Amino acid sequence: MSTVREQTDDGAMLHPEQRAEGDPDAIIRDGRRLDHAEGTSKPLRAHPEPQPRGAKVHGNRPVDQQEAAARFIAAPEHEKMHDERLWDLRQKRDREMHGIPEWEELRSLASAIKEHTLTHLDEYLDQFEANASANGIHVHWARDAAEHNQIVHAILRDNGVKSLIKSKSMLTEECGFRHYMASVGIEVIETDLGERIQQLDNEDPSHVVVPAVHKLRTDVAAVFSRTIGTDPNNSDVHYLAEAQREATRPLILNADAGMTGGNFMVAETGTFVVCTNEGNADLSANVPKLHIASIGIEKIIPRLEHLAVFVRLLSRSALGSPITQYTSHFRGPRAGGEMHVVLVDNGRSERLGLAEFWTSLKCIRCGACMNTCPVYRRSGGLSYGATYSGPIGLIIDPTFNARKYSNLPYASSLNGSCSNVCPVKINIHEQIYAWRRVLVEQHEVPLAKRAAMKAAGVLLSRPAAYRAAIAAADTALAHLPRFVIYNGLNAWGKHREVPHPPKETFHSWDHANRGAKR
Amino acid sequence: MRIGLFIPCYIDAFFPEVGIATLELLERLGHEVVYPRDQTCCGQPMANSGFNADAAGTEALFVRNFSGFDYVVAPSGSCVHHVRDNLDAIEQTDQVKEVRSRTYELVEFLHDIEKVDAFPWAKFPHRVGLHNSCGTLRRLKHALPSELNEPFFSKPIDLLSKVEGIEFVKPARPDECCGFGGTFSVFEEVVSTKMGYDKVSDHAQAGAEYIVSADSSCLMHQQGCAERIGVPMKFIHIAQILNGASA
Ligand code: SF4
Repeated sequence: MSTVREQTDDGAMLHPEQRAEGDPDAIIRDGRRLDHAEGTSKPLRAHPEPQPRGAKVHGNRPVDQQEAAARFIAAPEHEKMHDERLWDLRQKRDREMHGIPEWEELRSLASAIKEHTLTHLDEYLDQFEANASANGIHVHWARDAAEHNQIVHAILRDNGVKSLIKSKSMLTEECGFRHYMASVGIEVIETDLGERIQQLDNEDPSHVVVPAVHKLRTDVAAVFSRTIGTDPNNSDVHYLAEAQREATRPLILNADAGMTGGNFMVAETGTFVVCTNEGNADLSANVPKLHIASIGIEKIIPRLEHLAVFVRLLSRSALGSPITQYTSHFRGPRAGGEMHVVLVDNGRSERLGLAEFWTSLKCIRCGACMNTCPVYRRSGGLSYGATYSGPIGLIIDPTFNARKYSNLPYASSLNGSCSNVCPVKINIHEQIYAWRRVLVEQHEVPLAKRAAMKAAGVLLSRPAAYRAAIAAADTALAHLPRFVIYNGLNAWGKHREVPHPPKETFHSWDHANRGAKR
Repeated sequence: MRIGLFIPCYIDAFFPEVGIATLELLERLGHEVVYPRDQTCCGQPMANSGFNADAAGTEALFVRNFSGFDYVVAPSGSCVHHVRDNLDAIEQTDQVKEVRSRTYELVEFLHDIEKVDAFPWAKFPHRVGLHNSCGTLRRLKHALPSELNEPFFSKPIDLLSKVEGIEFVKPARPDECCGFGGTFSVFEEVVSTKMGYDKVSDHAQAGAEYIVSADSSCLMHQQGCAERIGVPMKFIHIAQILNGASA
């Protein structure tokens, strides 16, 4: 979503900055609106709809996803934009899929490679460490988030680093890395446009691939005017992107160290691969002399040839584009430079031991499950109050904190679309279902739900009592099965009509019309 | 064949006409249809919410009621999905396994077992939008979901195409969940109803007069949503059309 490129008559791509002075299509940075379709469009309205904020998180208390989702839905411009933008990605993904006849085979292959690797994880990680070290990379092991942050901090301290540029990484979000760095006085500059927007707005990313997808351009204009001094009334996307580019370039050039994540590590070569669209990871990795990559241990694949399978699937699933703009292979430090890889566990080996949930580690963080999820699209990623949102979040967040994320597996209609789009064939919806059982067994589900389900179970296993309950009812509401009105609030009827009760039940019709035979 | 008819609680209480259509249709096809009178539910509401142990009594009752039939048929995809794929709160005796494997959803039964090739009594000169519930689409595999790159098929369309006069419309997001989702409809009611509004609006925009489905639970939810936001839409179960309902 970053660079501005336009097609010239001869078909060459010319960056607007390269245009002649006086060219009306050239980028103008004085805050005036640009003379092209997006730039000349009218502002949405005088007072743009305020951005709904995410879930209210109170320590360990269960996150109320539904409360935050309701506020998102109550902001119709945001909800509609979000739903349509992500559905568009899903449709583009479908188009790409139809261009690959062997798509389903590729998914099976990707899944098999991941399952094989995960069941031989120790071997491949050792192999990676040996080969990466031979390439001149310093390899570190971090048991958890705290250890990760300390390791990186120590490297930065040893090198006298004051400012760090970094590309987007869900793992560093998981580790609370930016907060930690703030506490030790090292400046972190996110270089991915979406992630930078989120950093400047002091908000978590809402999506693993498009971190600011929940924001309207007017929201971004508000953030930028507050933080980098753009015109608050100019929400032209090119103007905003260009302003950010201008503001961030000097920071990139002056940074002491660079940090990236890693999409894949290849055991046989000791190399790692970063897939991005903005080129910012390459700047982060290559401009400063010191490059640190934080990578989750599940990101390993055995051989370079396996990478081809994942590269074909990743961007097609994520954004519906054939490949990311940049697929950068890192093999070792450049002359006079230093390269570190921090291999992070942070709960992964424990997850690997969970019989029903270990395959969630196959995830390549493409976000396809989020784009297709009808609940996610209407709730916004921040409603989950967790690092990982959407379907993949529902099944891995509880491994971090079962109490805090105990509501999340209920934020699903179990429709199963997520499992069908997942490029590594994780049975996401079955794991959501399995999590509900586990959470009930661990007593992490609220008492009201528990009481209602127990009552329903008792009533529905006793035909006479059940019939009496149905027959005694004389209003539509009382007819409703008990689990529907479990909390006395009648959640059914708040936003939709209750069904119209018929003259008689099927049971009594059958008695009257076929009774003689029974 | 001797068929046990399973009429889930919603249909019993709110849509008796769907139960009647299913019963009559199976009788028309020459079967002996028995409605065990002690039936209540299959256990899905409890199990779907994670309270599997609380589903045990209901599941045991289901197995007691439906043992000994050639087939058990229900006009409800989500209930059949539960019986076939998730009914495991009770010990898996031979009797339990037998009942689980003989339980069929009506469309599957007509299409795969009975292989019906004509419904000469049926005529439905209307524009319909087909709603495949997620249970029928992605679990029971009534049709190819749009996420997969495999050859297209659709059992409900195969059957409905044999009905005189019927015309299909195609909504923009044919496979999107309508938001019912069992207890999801009350636990997450705001998102659930928003999904419902979007679903019925999509069908209305495509020009549907009726939304037809093999799941009354989805239809009950969609109808409630349509009435709330004032979308003039009619709802009908596939059993009613196949049994010759005129409107
Ligand atoms: S679970 Fe599957 S679809 Fe979702 S982000 Fe991970 S790889 Fe992508």
